[in-house]
Amino acid sequence: MSRSLFDRIPWVLVIFIIALGIPWLGSKYYTFLATQIAILSLFAVSYNLLLGSAGLVSFGHAAYFGLGSYACGLLMKELGVPFLIALAAGGLMAAAFAAGFGFFCVRLTKIYFSMLTLAFAQIVWAICFQWNELTGGDQGISPIPYPGLNWLSSVPGLDGFRVGDYFYFVALAVVALCIAALHRISVSPFGRMLMTIRENPERASFIGVNVRAYELAAFIVAGGFAGIAGALFGIFNRGVFADFLYWPKSAEVLIMTILGGMNYFWGPVVGTGMLVVLNQQITAYTEYWPLVLGTILLVLLFAFPGGLLGALHAGWTRLRSGGRGVRPGA
Amino acid sequence: MELQFIFSQFLSGLTTAIFLFLIASGLSLVFGVLRVLNFAHGTFYMLGAYIAWQVVHWLSPSKEAFWPAALLAAGAIAVLGLLVERLMFRYLYDKEELYQLLFTYALVLILGDAAKIVWGTEQLSVTRPPVLEGSLRVMGTLIPEYNLFVMILGSAIAVGFWVILTRTGVGRMIRAAAMDREMLGALGANVGWLYTGVFVVSSFLAGLSGALVTPIKAIVPGMDVEIIVEAFIVVVIGGLGSFWGTFLGALIYGQVLSFGILIFPRFSIFSVFALMAVILIVRPWGLLGRPLR
Repeated sequence: MSRSLFDRIPWVLVIFIIALGIPWLGSKYYTFLATQIAILSLFAVSYNLLLGSAGLVSFGHAAYFGLGSYACGLLMKELGVPFLIALAAGGLMAAAFAAGFGFFCVRLTKIYFSMLTLAFAQIVWAICFQWNELTGGDQGISPIPYPGLNWLSSVPGLDGFRVGDYFYFVALAVVALCIAALHRISVSPFGRMLMTIRENPERASFIGVNVRAYELAAFIVAGGFAGIAGALFGIFNRGVFADFLYWPKSAEVLIMTILGGMNYFWGPVVGTGMLVVLNQQITAYTEYWPLVLGTILLVLLFAFPGGLLGALHAGWTRLRSGGRGVRPGA
Repeated sequence: MELQFIFSQFLSGLTTAIFLFLIASGLSLVFGVLRVLNFAHGTFYMLGAYIAWQVVHWLSPSKEAFWPAALLAAGAIAVLGLLVERLMFRYLYDKEELYQLLFTYALVLILGDAAKIVWGTEQLSVTRPPVLEGSLRVMGTLIPEYNLFVMILGSAIAVGFWVILTRTGVGRMIRAAAMDREMLGALGANVGWLYTGVFVVSSFLAGLSGALVTPIKAIVPGMDVEIIVEAFIVVVIGGLGSFWGTFLGALIYGQVLSFGILIFPRFSIFSVFALMAVILIVRPWGLLGRPLR
């Protein structure tokens, strides 16, 4: 694989700079959407380290998202811990749980792996849902204080924005750093080795790779970044609820990833953007969002199994080959 | 704890178990042959309940409407299963396992909302059929006759299933498919129709259990995802694709839930998921299952 000009563009930086401009549009709604897309993108990109790179289908990724948001939310609300420390603690907490659970999960393959990730996630959910003293049970934790970001208004050119805009700047920066890190990881020798394992775990173990150790490392990294996404989301949402780690949330991140294209690093971001915008547009008209989502999923499975980016890629390849119908990857 | 109290707890666990067995057996059957966990199985169950309610409602002055309603519901869901498998699902068999899973999840989303559109979000309920309105006293505990009927029916279905699986040609094909479906196809068996048949039978069972549960539980949106998670736990405990494993899994689940509520009232949900996790760690293929090849 030679690196084309396209690959040499630092996409994280480009997208970060473009996204940074959104508050200048002056719409509270756009900033709201962009914050949500940014945070959930990180969640989905972290998930794709498991699904796309390592080929591990987790049904319990929401657990780490939720653990991060509970840890960060509790630290900020109950102990008044500063934002950045609480954020890091959220990520570490999620990574620690991912290490404990992942240790057992990577011993299993295929559907059994998926089922065990689901079981662990549901255990965490059941505890958070019923441990009223700590987590507030089904009431959740709210309100979570916004981090003190007024110092941002003294930065030249940044005065006069709303609190939500300042939080967006900070969240976007954190997300961009994390996505850049995940990108480095996915193109590193470690990331390449995950792909080798995905393609042929038996051969990987024959050439002396400790398959389980690699998978566990991927599980921990993915869990940790999901925790950071969860921590940001809890603040954005002004509250943390047990729904954050319930299994439909895990299904949601899976759908976002597939929708954009799990074989592309940016697939989950595209999928998240599309799903969040569609959700906002459609729930304004009808309460039957699941019906729409299910239909999108059906169309995707039958017509564009490679996701949106997969379809675009195929179209682009056909265009360049002068319509001779060369299929991608052929 | 008194013996009588323990007995009544045991019976309530047993009732839960038989229902779960009826539902989970279809799920396990499909997994055994098609190698797919059918998320939509719970939705078929819910639709069975709604259709049974609808038929009872249409025939409303009649007191015995429950019986034809239950049969019609099961039949309707079997037809739905036939359409889903023949028109859509089978085109995904050569795709990745994940896509097949997502297909069944798409059905959950679509059919769940369709049920909301047709029947609304209010609780619906069906009264017990008059023949089985009474209760029996066993060891000082009152058991509704209807629950007893379901227990007997469930056990009969279990035995019938077992006879079909072990004594008939179809059963032999199903067991062969569970062991090595490529080889079965290579030997000239019509695997395509076997898949369809298995999917239809499984849908029928889901529809039937949905109809049978209506006199005991209220019909509400969301009962589909609630039951599918429970059924997953049952088949994982017993062994995915294993027939007696599903039966054992359902019995264990029923008792753990029933006594778990007494021991840790707040953490009963926790205890069944913990059980599922422990089984997966110690014996991933379940108590009576076989490792997948």
